[in-house]
Amino acid sequence: MDLHLTNAQATAEERAAVDSLLGAPDSSWHGAQRLGADTRSASNGHAGSQRHRLLPVLHALHNRIGWISPGAINYASLRLDIAPAEVHGVASFYGMFSLTERPAVVAHVCDDIACLTRGADKLCADLEKKLGAAGSPCAGGRATWQRSQCLGLCERAPAALVSAAGVKHQERVLAPASADSVASLINEAVAGRMPAAPDELSIQLSVPQAEKQNGSALRLLQRIGHGDAASLADYQRLGGYEGLRKAIALGAEGTLRELSASKLLGRGGAAFPTAKKWEALFLQRNLLQEDFRRAHYVICNADESEPGTFKDRILMEGDPFAVLEGMTIAGFVTGATKGFIYLRGEYPLAAERVQHAIDIANNNNFLGKNLLSKSFDFNIEIRRGAGAYICGEETALFNSIEGYRGEPRNKPPFPTQAGLFRQPTAVNNVETLVNVPGIIREGGAAYAKLGTENSAGTRLFCLCGHIARPGVYEIAMGSTLRQLIELAGGVAGSGKLQAVLLGGAAGAFMAPKELDTPLTFEGTRSIGATLGSGVVMLFDDSVDLRRILLRIASFFRNETCGQCVPCRVGVTRQEEALQRLIAAKPLGSAAQELNLIREMAQAMRDASICGLGQTAASALESALQRWSLFA
Amino acid sequence: MSKPSTDMNQIEINQPEMKSVVNAPQPTIPLPRGPVPQAPTRESRSIEIKIDGHSVSVPEGSTILDAGRQLGIETPTLCFLESLTPVNVCRVCVVELEGSRTLVPACSRKVEANMSIKTDSERVRLSRKLVLEFLASSVDLSTAPKMQEYMERYGAQPDRFGETRATVAQPVKVDNDLYVRDYSKCVLCYKCVEACGVDAQNTFAIAVAGRGFSAHIATEFDVPLPDSACVYCGNCIGVCPTGALMFKSEFDMRQAGTWDESKQMQTDTICPYCGVGCDLTVHAQDGKIVRVTSPLDHSVTHGNLCIKGRFGWQFVQIQPAENGK
Repeated sequence: MDLHLTNAQATAEERAAVDSLLGAPDSSWHGAQRLGADTRSASNGHAGSQRHRLLPVLHALHNRIGWISPGAINYASLRLDIAPAEVHGVASFYGMFSLTERPAVVAHVCDDIACLTRGADKLCADLEKKLGAAGSPCAGGRATWQRSQCLGLCERAPAALVSAAGVKHQERVLAPASADSVASLINEAVAGRMPAAPDELSIQLSVPQAEKQNGSALRLLQRIGHGDAASLADYQRLGGYEGLRKAIALGAEGTLRELSASKLLGRGGAAFPTAKKWEALFLQRNLLQEDFRRAHYVICNADESEPGTFKDRILMEGDPFAVLEGMTIAGFVTGATKGFIYLRGEYPLAAERVQHAIDIANNNNFLGKNLLSKSFDFNIEIRRGAGAYICGEETALFNSIEGYRGEPRNKPPFPTQAGLFRQPTAVNNVETLVNVPGIIREGGAAYAKLGTENSAGTRLFCLCGHIARPGVYEIAMGSTLRQLIELAGGVAGSGKLQAVLLGGAAGAFMAPKELDTPLTFEGTRSIGATLGSGVVMLFDDSVDLRRILLRIASFFRNETCGQCVPCRVGVTRQEEALQRLIAAKPLGSAAQELNLIREMAQAMRDASICGLGQTAASALESALQRWSLFA
Repeated sequence: MSKPSTDMNQIEINQPEMKSVVNAPQPTIPLPRGPVPQAPTRESRSIEIKIDGHSVSVPEGSTILDAGRQLGIETPTLCFLESLTPVNVCRVCVVELEGSRTLVPACSRKVEANMSIKTDSERVRLSRKLVLEFLASSVDLSTAPKMQEYMERYGAQPDRFGETRATVAQPVKVDNDLYVRDYSKCVLCYKCVEACGVDAQNTFAIAVAGRGFSAHIATEFDVPLPDSACVYCGNCIGVCPTGALMFKSEFDMRQAGTWDESKQMQTDTICPYCGVGCDLTVHAQDGKIVRVTSPLDHSVTHGNLCIKGRFGWQFVQIQPAENGK
């Protein structure tokens, strides 16, 4: 492309960061020093073909330097043939990237709803005393701390994530965190002594069922804590890759039959039948052979960002091969030879574990060419998110991988028709994929017997907030909320339950009298709630629910992509109205404000492009239906 | 007449040293990328749908908006323009489609057989009203007369969000002699980005930057236009629905209070600069050109011009008295 760049030059370090990912530039057209030969050739065709590497390039820059400078944007533009205004547009979309100079060490301290119930206020107040206001420099100007959205460490709240940019970029989570531990980790990071050993997943803390039930009754969590998550041998010893072998023996059609018989519904929130999704791609396989440009893709949606959700992180940290096996079966059925795992940017350990598993699988013919000596190829690549809740929406996820701003697309066309790179694509949640190998191994009918008629199988729930033993729990669908809370040791805090938030920020509140609701898709729907991503967040009677609602509203205000009017302005106006109500300064009367909130909610639900806007008012509305908080 | 074969031989013989001089890399020939896609051969079918109880038959591939227009239904639009790819972000054209959980955008949703659509239901009116209120409460719509009409039609009351509400108000950007950018009037319809990008100019000088309520149109790091890739074609001004992008000439006259469209005369002519033959509409007030546009439906321009056609008209107005001594 004929690029017009400003005079800002990339530093040697910025160039090195990009080159470490892309290799050295091939000519001055792409950022190398201008030589005589460059004046007689032009090699700038295929504009945009490298665009999908933009997000990885921005990560490389940010990890090395700690922020993205105008010179760095120019260099990224040159290397990838993308106009600098567009590179800037993409970089400024993501919460994790700073476009102004910032210290190399940054502590992200969660003040989202789950952490609020477990001392995030005190943690932030202590940090203000110890290190100064959020955003101000500390540790001699070489570090800073800032408040952050949910980090997905809710079972160990309050949580913090410290990242240190440099040649060897390092990230460490701290959970539970205290002002002292955050400050001391910052100091160690500044001194270049960040502990080298990765954070260990604490099985006792995160998966309380693992020790109790010895894994026997569990399906999704069966291996967690019973073998080395990094070991392929352990994975196979515990039944791993039997599902894939059986799938290959059954053939694509046979595998689809089993999956269909299992009645597995997607676990990401939308509850779409997995078999139907895969079948849509399977039926387009003849096109695949006729026209080789019509590739199919399988995507594992691991951009788990719903406040209070951490189940996918625990699956990836504790059983990474299972995710790969589920994806490989998806590849086998759908005819896709390429899979992407879109992994949340705030999950360093999960990314490390899954990458390690991919490397091992590649070396052992469980991934790559002629997989398991059959004529079937499948590769998996991880793409890291960069702090954008919206990228968990499947079409926004496509745009993000393709190197565009993570803005959702209008549907139709649906992903199975035109998804990633406008090709047929199957997007599945981590938990859905981890279900698949077991279903194929044991047969779909056996799986369908678990749970209820319309909600088959078991399901992971993320218990957090005022619960005695927070963590991820696996139960058969159809158990009641009360049973689940009892399984997790009952209500903590004051011991008196005030409310349960089911499904996260996009979910709904439930009152204590609704605890006997069965946890099924249809059961929750009947009371106007949703299982969503499996969040079960408890609040005792000491919590000011209005404060929680305001935090949820500000979460949406921060996370809306800004593309469509109802959502961009709606979530902003919603937060403003809530602030006025809480300050007891309503426009007109409180009843008038509540009416306004209801009207806005209706328009957002009806007219927004994607699920974010459509559900941005649902938690607030559910609370207003159950309690008179602003009387 | 010399024989061609002799000539060619001579060239080869006479210039043997060329080969050793040229040291540039071999030109790479792009590999064939599979069969050339064929245009669909099937005949265009017509599809029948129902809108507000009336049946209408439109060609396959039409949108609900097209079908509605055929019935004489006026659907409000903002981010839609015939010459651009629909982005369906403003959501002011939403309609109720039977069987759909949410409303759907008329401007981009293609008709399917047996669709049943309501364009003026309670739900539709509420969403349209709220969308207009959301925009009018955050953006200065004073130079968007169409929006005022819509607001009356749907009874929008943007004031009900209070005085302390967030807006996009900001100083106007005047950084060149040809056009100004007043982003306090920007509804973020994406049209200018599309016109600057693949839908017309392929310059990519601007993009949407930031996120959420802070999302905005910007050059990289918001550098002034003269430092950006802008080529001043002005096609972004041509598509802007709210006057956020405006000729400097118009902006200055509005500032001075002399802008008066009722006194303006529009004259169609052909651009004098090159052989392309772009159709120009010259807007003149008091005998002076104040701006130049091109008709959207013109087969050559589709509303687009270049810097010369759009801005290079001052020479017309140089009077003999000024031009000499």
